[in-house]
Amino acid sequence: MELIYEGIVKAITLILTLDPEVLNITWLSLKVSGTATLISLFLGISAGTMLALADFPGKRLLVSLVNTGMGLPPVVVGLFVTVFLWRNGPLGFLEILYTPGAMILAQAIIATPIVTGITVASIQNLPANLKLQILALGASRHQMVWILIKEARLPLLAGVMAGFGGVISEVGASIMVGGNIKGYSRVLTTATVMETGRGNFDMAIALSLILMLLCFSVNYLLTRIQQRERPR
Amino acid sequence: MIDTPMLLEGRNLTVTRGGVQVLDVPEFSLREREVLSLIGPNGSGKSTLLLTLACLLQPATGEILYRGEQILSEHSQLLHRRRLAMVFQEPLLFDATVYDNVAAGLKIRHMTRSEIKKRVMETLELVNLAPLAGRSARKLSGGEAQRASLARAFAIKPEMIFLDEPFTALDPPTRLALTEDLERILRETGTTAVLATHDRLEALRLSSRMAVVSGGRIVQSGPPAEVMHHPANEMVAAFVGMENVLTAEIKGASEGMLTLLLGDHTVEVAGSGSPGEMAVFCIRPENVTLTAGDPGGATSARNVFSATITRVIPMGVYSKILLECGFSLVAYLTPQSVGTLHLEEGKQVHVSFKATAVHLIRTCK
Repeated sequence: MELIYEGIVKAITLILTLDPEVLNITWLSLKVSGTATLISLFLGISAGTMLALADFPGKRLLVSLVNTGMGLPPVVVGLFVTVFLWRNGPLGFLEILYTPGAMILAQAIIATPIVTGITVASIQNLPANLKLQILALGASRHQMVWILIKEARLPLLAGVMAGFGGVISEVGASIMVGGNIKGYSRVLTTATVMETGRGNFDMAIALSLILMLLCFSVNYLLTRIQQRERPR
Repeated sequence: MIDTPMLLEGRNLTVTRGGVQVLDVPEFSLREREVLSLIGPNGSGKSTLLLTLACLLQPATGEILYRGEQILSEHSQLLHRRRLAMVFQEPLLFDATVYDNVAAGLKIRHMTRSEIKKRVMETLELVNLAPLAGRSARKLSGGEAQRASLARAFAIKPEMIFLDEPFTALDPPTRLALTEDLERILRETGTTAVLATHDRLEALRLSSRMAVVSGGRIVQSGPPAEVMHHPANEMVAAFVGMENVLTAEIKGASEGMLTLLLGDHTVEVAGSGSPGEMAVFCIRPENVTLTAGDPGGATSARNVFSATITRVIPMGVYSKILLECGFSLVAYLTPQSVGTLHLEEGKQVHVSFKATAVHLIRTCK
């Protein structure tokens, strides 16, 4: 019990004194997961909208695959990204294994199916005739797709939160492709694993408190946007 | 009305869905300032025809012409969609304010902010929705939402407006109010319109021409009075409210008058035909007159029969009387008349109708 108490006290001290290492780790976490989420938004919303609007044989199978991908185990993604980026792997020439770039790649692969799946569901959940109504208002195909995405913005923001939440908290892929190199590819989750392993519970508790605080802040911000967007 | 220029034409339009042909319209025409109603039961193909004419549904065969020019390329389809507006049964409003909803079509056309503001406020006035401009579309009642949807359609000043069962989901008073407003707006703006509805009264009230759609085909088209009183076949007759539709045999013919055998009675009607032919006898229930007691002889009606009332069904502004006089007849009377004549089930009355009130559909035999 004392261990936990001391851990929390130390954690608060670390946070309040703006410990440079803790700040560094936090900033990298935010940078890596934020970039990965942005990439996944671009890919996921485009692919999801196309998937929701297009009609082709095998659509159901593809949507099922995307939905399965929403639960992609990070360690599996980590393994395959490592194999691909390995020195003599297919993408070895990029030489980005054990860099933040590799972590962004792995996290984007984890988040994209989440955003895609939620986009498909959000767009399909709009009234069936809405697409026709927008076209009848004189919209071109591009305008129609853009208006539909705007119409689905509230559930899509939920997709952003799910995607970000999925990658900021994952550890398996980051540790495998980033290597947890101090001051370079160490993020909140990988650092927590390491400090716990070393028995440095105070540091581990500090890191996990920050992780939770970060998650909460980002989601609080997105929720504010989501709720404000709804006109009175 | 006939002299206005041709606006929209369809030729050999067919639409298939899942291998089944759901629309087959060899010829369709719409003139400027015309208000055409497409009436027919649910699933008859009215919406499919509207969507096809709006270039929102690709027909399997056929062509659509705007002012004589065929709409072919994707670009000409977009131009076509930009000169029309469409209102569906659901309001399909965007999750935004009423103002932004009405502005949607104008924004799509890249109009300037000040033009948009002027046009939106004008249109909101037109549909009596100006006070709700700033309200969220999600917080409107059904009638207000459909008004906003109408405003969004009229804001772009369309050359033609397509309305697909626009008021079906509304309660009767709201529906009436909106029908009246639509009638006024169409008259004031002179917009050409096509209205799909299964409500013949709405169609009668709004349209200058009526087309009856059934099984994906236009089975009859003409002025509303003609369709209502001279239906082309039994299906149309039943749909336009000809409650009395009976099969009869022509017994005799002379000078524009026919004698028909209907049940065990002979009936005199105006029309042409030859003895031995079968025909469908139609009479609107409001053209059947009832007399309690002795008919008294002084009537211009050619057909007077004694009948028994089998049921009296109150329908609000009128009562529906079911009669048996060797054949079955339905008559509409005001509740006051039902009271004054003491009409009730089992009562003996005399029914009469004029020879000219009967519409005959000749069937081939």
